[in-house]
This record gives sequence, structure tokens and C-alpha cells, in this order.
Amino acid sequence: MLHALVGIKQVPDTTNIRIDPETGSLIRQGVPTIINPYDAHAVAAAVEWKRKLGGKITVITMGPPAAVSALQECIEMGADKGILVSDRKFSGADTLATSYVLAEAIKKIHEEDPIDLIFFGKQAIDGDTAQVGPGVAVRLGYPLITYAVNIREVNLEEGYALIERKTELRNEIIKTTLPAAMTCEKEIAEIPYAALPDLIASLRYKPQVWTADEPVAYDIAQIGLKGSPTMVFKTGTPVQHEPGELIKAAGTSLDKAVDLVLNKIMEHASGAPLIGGKK
Amino acid sequence: MSRRFWVFIEQEEGKIHPVAGELLGVARRLAGEIADELKQKNETAVVEGILVGHEVDDLAQEAIRLGAERVYQVDAPEFKYYLNRPYTEALKTLVKKYKPEVFLIGATTMGRDLAGAVATSLKTGLTADCTQLEMGEARGTNKKLLLATRPAFGGNVIATIVCKDHLPQMATVRPRVFDASPVNKKARGEVIKEKIKVTPDMLNAQVVEFITNQASAIKLEYADVIVSGGRGLGSPKGFELIKALADELGGVVGSSRACVDAGWISYDHQVGQTGKTVRPKLYIAAGISGAIQHKVGMQDSDFILAINRDPSAPIFSVATVGLVGDLYEIIPALIKKIHASKNKGGQA
Ligand SMILES: Cc1cc2nc3c(=O)[nH]c(=O)nc-3n(C[C@H](O)[C@H](O)[C@H](O)COP(=O)(O)OP(=O)(O)OC[C@H]3O[C@@H](n4cnc5c(N)ncnc54)[C@H](O)[C@@H]3O)c2cc1C
Ligand SMILES: Nc1ncnc2c1ncn2[C@@H]1O[C@H](COP(=O)(O)O)[C@@H](O)[C@H]1O
Repeated sequence: MLHALVGIKQVPDTTNIRIDPETGSLIRQGVPTIINPYDAHAVAAAVEWKRKLGGKITVITMGPPAAVSALQECIEMGADKGILVSDRKFSGADTLATSYVLAEAIKKIHEEDPIDLIFFGKQAIDGDTAQVGPGVAVRLGYPLITYAVNIREVNLEEGYALIERKTELRNEIIKTTLPAAMTCEKEIAEIPYAALPDLIASLRYKPQVWTADEPVAYDIAQIGLKGSPTMVFKTGTPVQHEPGELIKAAGTSLDKAVDLVLNKIMEHASGAPLIGGKK
Repeated sequence: MSRRFWVFIEQEEGKIHPVAGELLGVARRLAGEIADELKQKNETAVVEGILVGHEVDDLAQEAIRLGAERVYQVDAPEFKYYLNRPYTEALKTLVKKYKPEVFLIGATTMGRDLAGAVATSLKTGLTADCTQLEMGEARGTNKKLLLATRPAFGGNVIATIVCKDHLPQMATVRPRVFDASPVNKKARGEVIKEKIKVTPDMLNAQVVEFITNQASAIKLEYADVIVSGGRGLGSPKGFELIKALADELGGVVGSSRACVDAGWISYDHQVGQTGKTVRPKLYIAAGISGAIQHKVGMQDSDFILAINRDPSAPIFSVATVGLVGDLYEIIPALIKKIHASKNKGGQA
């Protein structure tokens, strides 16, 4: 039987983010939160393999109390258990501190109920760092497979899995011993429609809440701001560019406009003609 | 004493990834930025490359020509193909031995896989996907630190991150964000061979099969001409027109994320914050509104032509020239003109 663990993060829906034009800071109020999209696909992949092999899925998140709703959503998708690691003392964590908190919690879970495979998203869309998955894998000493696009086989008897990952030049199949940790691309699995019983269960579901003291007694020097080697020195808004020239190109002016543009491109590329030049 | 500025020399199949040359250029500039400060303390700054692989002697020399003053080379059969654990071990061991000040790694698939693991095993800070790097003073320190600037929250904010009390200060940088430094054919430098012990447990994950991936063959980052289509194409078929223009110009096809999400074209074509950063000589954006996340990926192109029927589309704010009109009228006209001028003999 498979015991899969998924690390998920609740993130602001960055498509809807607004910036205060006066202060240049983020308006957090009223910004909806979602499960980090890659993490949702990671949960879907875990659910798919639970269906194949039997077993269970534990979902873990470190975040504010409001992240309960993200865990409920995972139950709706087919996860069995949710753990929210939440404490004021964790706030201000960068990826190093986050990976410490998650790794220690995962060790605790593993002691009671050995884990076969850990799923992470490729990256969280609020920070796009893609560091937490590799960080946790290193801390646990697990083999790491990033950019996973397909799980070909999970063989629990013999303790290995075959996972396809994407690299710059090609895709490769990795044979890894279990337990292992992977970070997932969206291709890893389609988000399933919620089954009615799961949907009902999720509504009433109350995840376990773990603090900085219990059941894991965290080293205070390694969590929150204190445990974070990086800090934000300053923030700003991206530079605005000078707008270029605007040419209307409709009807009779189309021909002229196109000529004009092509000439400009040629002028610009003088010496190294782009058009009609090399192919 | 010298302060070391390190660059990971990413290589695969006997080729150095161009991002390594770009980072060596950055490292040289950063080293220069603290030269004065160091002089007063009788110290120097040195730019060094870290090369891991098998039978990569030639690449060590190439790294020197690209700007490394010294190269540490880990060369053994176990390192022939990239694997996270052995490579992490190699970098971690070398950092512990030489204690570099700054460590830059390309934000490629390999670099991101590696950087997070190395930083965690060294318990130091890592800033991902930086778009600006400089050495500067941060409050409360009397020494210059690496100021690593990157977009956050979907590109709506840019944040400058420092790593004050831990070394090395690590950062990943995407290909094409910085210019490559010029190749110096006469450069000479020292190559130091390092031995790293690889234990069997580090080989628990192994590559057992390669699958060629057609899509990966498009090298968007280093293309001279890119023609990108957006949701304004209206349907996946619109990319045929985009491709025709790209072919006419000897360029490649790019896309906004909206089309990738809609399944019109594969992710490998995506330009932008969560796609590729590109800097072609000519970038044509057709039917792309110009969301901030798209602009951050292409705004440094030499010449940007935007085609959009909405005169207030934000893409026009980064365009060198904007054509207001229907792409289905404009692009065929462009193709026709370019084609005609070619037939007239070479240049338009
Ligand atoms: C965290 C995050 C990361 C993101 N990363 C990226 C990224 O890497 N790359 C990216 O591109 N986006 C990214 N996005 C998405 C981005 O915010 C936009 O949603 C996306 O770029 C919009 O794509 P589009 O311009 O093709 O579509 P739209 O915004 O729908 O624009 C279509 C445009 O086409 C024009 N048009 C319509 N018909 C015609 C016609 N016949 N002729 C001419 N013009 C026409 C319209 O006027 C309009 O301006 C990201 C978003 C988030 C939140
Ligand atoms: N606070 C968190 N709690 C649980 N998992 C997390 C958390 N932050 C990040 N992750 C996981 O790590 C992945 C990468 O996140 P990041 O390094 O922030 O880009 C995410 O897709 C999640 O799977």
C-alpha cells in the first residue's frame, strides 16, 4: 500500500494582484487565494497512484490558519489526511527555513507511517523559487527528481519507481529507490473531478494543526525570520518603458504602414540585415 | 586573501551552456565593484569557475576563455550525466573547502535542480531568477553585499534580496538576462582538479533511458528573430500564420502563456516570467496584450514590433514600433512584402 505525501502551498492568485500606485506595495486585501496550481496537479498525481496501488495520501502545508481551506480542497480531490503546520513563530520564513519546518514534520509523519513518495509542485507562483522541494529532499536525504512529467511505475515490493522528467535537452527516465521526493510539472496528472463522498467529507474536514512546539519541537534558531538567511532589502515597482511609435494600419493605410515598419526594422538592423538576409 | 566569485559552469554532452559565459561576465563586474573596498584591506577578488563532468578538460580551457581566472574541475565517470546527489556533493564539498563569497548558477533546469539542494545543504541563502545583480551596502553592514533583485508576485513587484550573515551568497540567473562577456582567446588560467567521493547511496536515482524531446530543440532564448502569437490569434490555427512569418524571417515561434494554457502550443514556446527570457534582435508580438509577466520576458529585445488592434494595449509601452490593426490583415501583408523584397535580390 502506498503512502504518498504532498506538500502544498496556498498562494494569492497572482493574476488578480493589485499594486497600490501610491506606495508601490501589494494590496493583499480581497485578493483570492488558491492552491498553488502545480501543487494541485501534484495532489492529482498522488490520487491517481493511490487508486492504482491502494493506500493513502497525507497533505501537508505550512501556512496561516486560513490555509485550512486549501487542505480541505485536497481532501475533496481525494487526499485522506491534512496537516497544517502553523505558528506565528514560523512567519517570515524563507525557503531554507520552510524546508526545515517541512522536513522535520515529514520525519515525524514517516516515523509513524512510513512514506514512499513525496510530491511537490515545480514551484509556487507567489515566489517562483522552486527551492522548497529540493531543500526538503536534501534534508531528508531522499533522491530528488525535479520537473517530473510522468510516473511510469511505482513498485512498492521492490522499492523503486520509474519517473520521467524534463530537462533542457530531452526527457529522461529516472529509476529511483523509494522513498524519494519529486517536484511536478502540470503534465503529471489532470485535476480530477471530485467524487461526491470526497466532496462531502471535505466540507466537514478538520485538518490536524501542528505548532512550533508540538508534536515537533522546532529549533527556534532555524525557523521564521531568524532561521532565514535571506531578507528583503527593498521592494519597488518594475521600471516603466518609454512607449514607442504607434502606427495605425487599417484599410488604405495598411500598405504604407507595413512599408514603414519594414524600413524601420531594416534601418535598425543596418549592417546585419535581418530580412532577406541570412536564413 | 582573495574573495572568490564563483560561477557554476553548466555543461552537457561536451558543451558549455551559454549562461555560464553570461554569469562569468556578471561575476567579473561584481568583483570589480568591490575592488576598491578590497584594496584598502589588501585583498583581491577573483572569478572562478566550477566545472563538473567527465572528460571535460577542453571545457575547463573554454571557461577560462569565457572569463574564469581559475577553474576547479571535478572529472570522473560518475559525473558524466547530471545527477542531483553527486553534483550537490561536489559543489558542497568545494564550497566548504574554498569558502567563496558569491556563487552564481544558471536558472536552467539543471541549475535550479542543483542550486536549491546545494544552498540547503550549506544552510545558506539563495535568491532565484535574479534580473539584476550588484554589490552594494545594505543597512547595518559595513561591507558590500550581493544585492540580488528579482520579480515577485507575478512580476508586479521587484524585490532586492540580501543574504547578510551566511556565505556564500547564492543566486540563480536565467539565460539571456545578461550579456555574455567577450571571449578572450588568449586568456590563460589555472585548472585545479578536485576529487569528490561518491558513495553508493548518492546513486540511488539513476537515468535509465533518454527520450528525445522534439520541443526542447527550439532554442528560444538564443534565437535572433522571434515571432510570438497571443490569444488574439483566436484559435490554434493562427499559429500557422505566425509560423509562416517566422519562417520568412528565419526565426522561431514564441507564444504568450494564454495560448500555452489553452493548449494551442507547447510550453517550450512560452515567453515571459514563467517561460523563457528572450533578447532577440527582432521580436514580433501579435495579438498579445502585454501583461507584465509577458513583458518581463521580452522587453530587452533589440527591436520590438507589436501588432494589436487595441491602441491602448500595454504591449505598445515596450514596443519600438506598434502597429494598430488586425493581425490577420497585417501579417499576410508583412509576409508578402518581405517575400517580394527577397525575390528582388537580397535586401529589402
Ligand atoms: C504568476 C504568473 C505568471 C505568468 N507568466 C506568464 C508568462 O511567462 N508569459 C506570458 O505570456 N504570460 C504569463 N502570465 C499570464 C499573463 O498575465 C497574461 O494573462 C497573458 O500573457 C495574456 O496572454 P495574451 O496577451 O495572449 O492574451 P490577452 O491578454 O487575452 O490578449 C489578447 C490581445 O490580442 C488582441 N487581439 C485580439 N484579436 C486581435 C486581432 N485580430 N488582431 C490584433 N490583435 C488582436 C487584443 O486586443 C488583446 O490585447 C502569467 C501570469 C501569472 C499570474
Ligand atoms: N509553506 C509550504 N508548505 C508546504 N509546501 C510548500 C510550502 N512552500 C512551498 N511548498 C512546496 O514546494 C514547492 C516549491 O515552492 P517554492 O520553492 O516556494 O517555489 C511548492 O510547489 C510546494 O509543493
